[in-house]
Amino acid sequence: MQEFADIALTVNGDAVARRVETRQHLVDFLRIELGLTGSHLGCEHGVCGACTVRVDGAVVRGCLMLAVQADGADVWTVEGLSDTGEIADLQQAFIERNALQCGYCTPGMLLTAAEMLEAGRRMTRAEIRAFLSGNFCRCTGYHAIVDAIETAMQGRFGG
Amino acid sequence: MADPSPSVGRPLPRSAARRLAFGRGRYADDLRFPGLLHLAFVRSPHAHARIVRIDPAPAIAAVPNARVFTGADIARVCGPWQASVDNLPTLVSPPQHIVAVDRAAWQGEPVAAVVAASRAEAEDAAAEVVVEWEPLPAAAIRDRTLDADAAPAHPELGGNLSYATLIRAGDPDAALAEAAHTVEGRFSFARHTGVPLEPRAVIADYDPGEGTLTVHGSHQAPWHQQDTLSRHLGIPEHLVRVVTPDIGGGFGIKLHIYGEEIAVSAVSRLLGRPVKYVADRMESFVSDVQARDQSVSARMGVDEDGGIRGLAVDALSSFGAYAAYGRPPVNEGMMTIMMTGGPYANGHYEGRLRIAFQNKPPSGMYRAVGQPIACAVTEQLVDWAADAAGIDPVDMRRRNYWTDEACPLTTPGGIGIRRLSLGRCLDRLVAMMDYGALRAEQAALRRNGVHRGIGVATFLEMTSIGPERYGPAGAHVSTQDGATVRLEPSGAVRCVTSVVEIGQGTHAALAQIVADCLGTAPQHVAVVGGDTALTPYGGGAWASRGLTIGGEAAWRAAQGLRQNILELAGSILQADPAGLDLAGGAVCDRATREARITLAEIGRIGHFRHDTLPPGVQPELAVTRHYVPDAVPFALANGVQGSSLEVDTETGEVRLLDHWVVEDCGRIVNPLLVEEQIRGGVVQGIGGALFEECCYDGEGQMLNASFADYLVPMAAEMPDIHVGHVETPLEGTALGAKGAGEAGTVGAPAAVLLAVNDAIRPLGAQVSSLPVTPESVLTAIAAARA
Amino acid sequence: MKAPRFSYVRPESLGSALELLAEHGDEARILAGVQSLMPTLNMRLSEPRLLIDINRIDALKGISFEDGTVRIGALARHAELLASPLVAEHLPLIAAAMPHVAHVAVRNRGTFGGSIALADPAAELPACAVALDATFVLASLRGRRTVPARSFFHGLYETALAEDELLVEARIPALAAGYRSSFLEFARRHGDFALAGVCCHAHVDGAVLSDVRLACFGSEDRPLFAGAASAAAEGRAWSGDVKQAVKAALGGDLDPIGSFHASAATRLHLAQVLTGRALDRMVRAG
Repeated sequence: MQEFADIALTVNGDAVARRVETRQHLVDFLRIELGLTGSHLGCEHGVCGACTVRVDGAVVRGCLMLAVQADGADVWTVEGLSDTGEIADLQQAFIERNALQCGYCTPGMLLTAAEMLEAGRRMTRAEIRAFLSGNFCRCTGYHAIVDAIETAMQGRFGG
Repeated sequence: MADPSPSVGRPLPRSAARRLAFGRGRYADDLRFPGLLHLAFVRSPHAHARIVRIDPAPAIAAVPNARVFTGADIARVCGPWQASVDNLPTLVSPPQHIVAVDRAAWQGEPVAAVVAASRAEAEDAAAEVVVEWEPLPAAAIRDRTLDADAAPAHPELGGNLSYATLIRAGDPDAALAEAAHTVEGRFSFARHTGVPLEPRAVIADYDPGEGTLTVHGSHQAPWHQQDTLSRHLGIPEHLVRVVTPDIGGGFGIKLHIYGEEIAVSAVSRLLGRPVKYVADRMESFVSDVQARDQSVSARMGVDEDGGIRGLAVDALSSFGAYAAYGRPPVNEGMMTIMMTGGPYANGHYEGRLRIAFQNKPPSGMYRAVGQPIACAVTEQLVDWAADAAGIDPVDMRRRNYWTDEACPLTTPGGIGIRRLSLGRCLDRLVAMMDYGALRAEQAALRRNGVHRGIGVATFLEMTSIGPERYGPAGAHVSTQDGATVRLEPSGAVRCVTSVVEIGQGTHAALAQIVADCLGTAPQHVAVVGGDTALTPYGGGAWASRGLTIGGEAAWRAAQGLRQNILELAGSILQADPAGLDLAGGAVCDRATREARITLAEIGRIGHFRHDTLPPGVQPELAVTRHYVPDAVPFALANGVQGSSLEVDTETGEVRLLDHWVVEDCGRIVNPLLVEEQIRGGVVQGIGGALFEECCYDGEGQMLNASFADYLVPMAAEMPDIHVGHVETPLEGTALGAKGAGEAGTVGAPAAVLLAVNDAIRPLGAQVSSLPVTPESVLTAIAAARA
Repeated sequence: MKAPRFSYVRPESLGSALELLAEHGDEARILAGVQSLMPTLNMRLSEPRLLIDINRIDALKGISFEDGTVRIGALARHAELLASPLVAEHLPLIAAAMPHVAHVAVRNRGTFGGSIALADPAAELPACAVALDATFVLASLRGRRTVPARSFFHGLYETALAEDELLVEARIPALAAGYRSSFLEFARRHGDFALAGVCCHAHVDGAVLSDVRLACFGSEDRPLFAGAASAAAEGRAWSGDVKQAVKAALGGDLDPIGSFHASAATRLHLAQVLTGRALDRMVRAG
């Protein structure tokens, strides 16, 4: 029982070991300790989705998980998914459709959209909107984001 | 522009999007500073209270590395300020301390700044600072703040009235008395705020060696910050530098000068260390400027045939505890009474305005300032009058728009109109909506008990406000922007602009403008900005001015460089510059279009081979120009919005089905950017129409100061938004662009309000308070049944 | 907005978790999906001395079906419930509720047990448990006991759980022949906590309802079994008159609490409208 803990995990495919304050949430760990500033803090109470990261294959609110809980986990952020090219089609669609303005929500949107694509099928616009309903964007009004995700789905699943 | 261009007008993706979408944005909180300290504020839990005593000792005991600065400590470096407007001498405003001294006037007002090695530790220490309070009665209910027995927001002012004015034209009393039909309503517009996703953030770094202050911040107007920091901290202006990295949304919220930002600089100055403060979301809800917050009584009279005869509005607008410092603070209310009725031919008008203080967060300018209120009031009255006169709402509007023949004119509210395109916008909108079919579908569904509603709302959009408003007010706000355009030795181009990029994509549009002027492609033009030490002086990002003003400046600078390049080419080619042109990345023969020498060759010779030039030739391959709007006091855009929705009359739920906008922002430099400004603006307007409200109890406690309870629009409830354009270039400028950032937010609340009322009209119910909530719809329906 | 300091411990077995709970009592908090606890930590509304992370205790995981009962482990994530064929087949009420539970990222972490133990009055799962007559298994060093859902929820965030007790699992009777469920809620935005919601479960024979169990949420300080409204539908053929009787009876069952989101009267009205619609749907679904 202690206020610090040693953790070892993989982040974007790289092994990482650190001593962390037990109170530090995952996104502060990624941002402050690892310099992965692509994941953002928008509310720190689990509503806005700006801190969305992938943990053990599923998106989570990075502000609603302690870094110490990620001990042993496989964590991916927008930086890693950019490097592997996994979301290259989504990113290209976002860019071409101007589905981002200030860009602050974009990493979280992309991570959530990437999980949407794992369903392996095209979704209706209403389904896409429902899936995105936990990610706040103040700039775009969402329409262009839905367009971009539709484009990526079309590219992957045809139709 | 003289030369028809290959790039302006095209929907080109912007290069910054590529960076941001790869997680390579660099926002203020992402930056690293050696020796950085973190600052957290102790804030008032009371809306109004006297500070009896502050004891920092427990904080230091808990966190030995912490330092606590009370308001009095800060005041030793930076005294209080006072909002004032030179040409509104009757404006009443109290002095405001950077950090509260003796008395806090809203829940959330900073009362002490705590610095420690990390944000968490600063918060640990802040939680231990003991403040002894003596609560005071609070002015917390907008419509009662001017009552005789209302608690004073500031005891020393004697009353809560800050400002009152009256606009009158023609004889509105007689016109309204003689009208065949008179409609009236009492409207309420809730207090809300801008909620940029990136909270306000600032890192101040005072270097005691050189006496310089460098501030990195998420701010829309770095020059305004530079001015304020210099004057209030007593640091010579050339030693103050404000840098704006990537900015995660602004919408007006980051336009203002906040005590917090100044306090951070003050603390940095006191400690000689870099100090960072990033507002957390809970703080944002009680410290970001808040807006709207008006009640408006309005009356319109029309002829038998629907012609508008007269209009009268009476607005009570709230400031919060203070008006945001440094800019004319009356704008929300003034825009309401100036813009109401604006699109419609009418000579008889009265607009009355009172602005009052409340013990709530300071008021400031949020996207579209006052115009959504004016638009909603006007358009609802027009709809009601159409109903009273038995005229279709679309016909009603077409009948009453100012005609082309009447222009130029000044509206009774005082808005100068050169030229509008409302009729063309309306025609386009009606076609896009398939208005007739929508009405038929609505009638058919109504027979099945389904209540669809259609709203069509006209808007004027004031953008790119020039010096006439800020100069006489005495505000240290520059309404010009500047650009330096430089040819690099490789033939690539750099544009250094004062325009602040906050996500709108203005920098990308500047690249298009510059590229066209220089006959090159936008990808060969790099645009940089966001540093008051390095770019030309300018205004910043507000009032949708980036392209209208900053774009014009860049155009002028690029034209200057173009001329210099042609002259240099003339020297090199021994040709008459008048016979040369720029195209395809080269200097070409104006007549034959044959390439004569590339820009790269010009760059190489102009920068490296002066030895080969004729004597006396001084290549000038960088040109700086500034532009201040001189042809018109502001750029007035206009348009029409349509909303289709369905009301569940049992639950009060409003389900948005579709939304349309036809907008005329003059010359469109990049439709991809314009249309997303429109859509984003619409959704913020829908936020105000259906969701957003800062809820307060009678003691001034904000009840919903979290993202879970302050409802912003999310994807699932928003409709698709169809955008069409009419292009009427702005007169008196080369580019012809007007602003486009306000339009969506101006017109959407009206379109949605009208559609809701259209849906529930058969039940005899109407609503006139925004946001429209399920409860307010149910209440209106129940009242109509009773 | 950083959490205050706390100690953290991650027991690997139920036994050691219970020992820690017994030792630290109300100074400790159980950490499961943390989707509700974490915001209160970040806001410093909650300042526990010790967090006991139960996420690695295998005994608390999984969803299984045996002898007509579905067992849902406390650590079953919302996403697991949403994707579970067992839940879809045997607990269609919960399957219908799950898409309304928050958003994808929250569902990926949030747990069934966390939702039950937190007892948010506007949450879906506690009300589902009440309507389905779930039984909760609670464990402490003193032993195990079972508590029926209807007597588990005591008030706002208050439950039958003692300081030293941990919710281990729920046992929920699977959908029996002739039974149907219906779920409706009304929220301002998709995934928000509901202003009103209703869970219906009943035997349906033609239009005749029996063993009617209506549970409302979002109205009061806890999920509520609507006894009078359930009785008003009991044994009767569903009709407009019965609907009116159910709605009227619901007015006696519920005494909603108003807030800035909606007044008490609006919440009652919405509960009545939703209950009528949910029963309409349930009968029609045959």
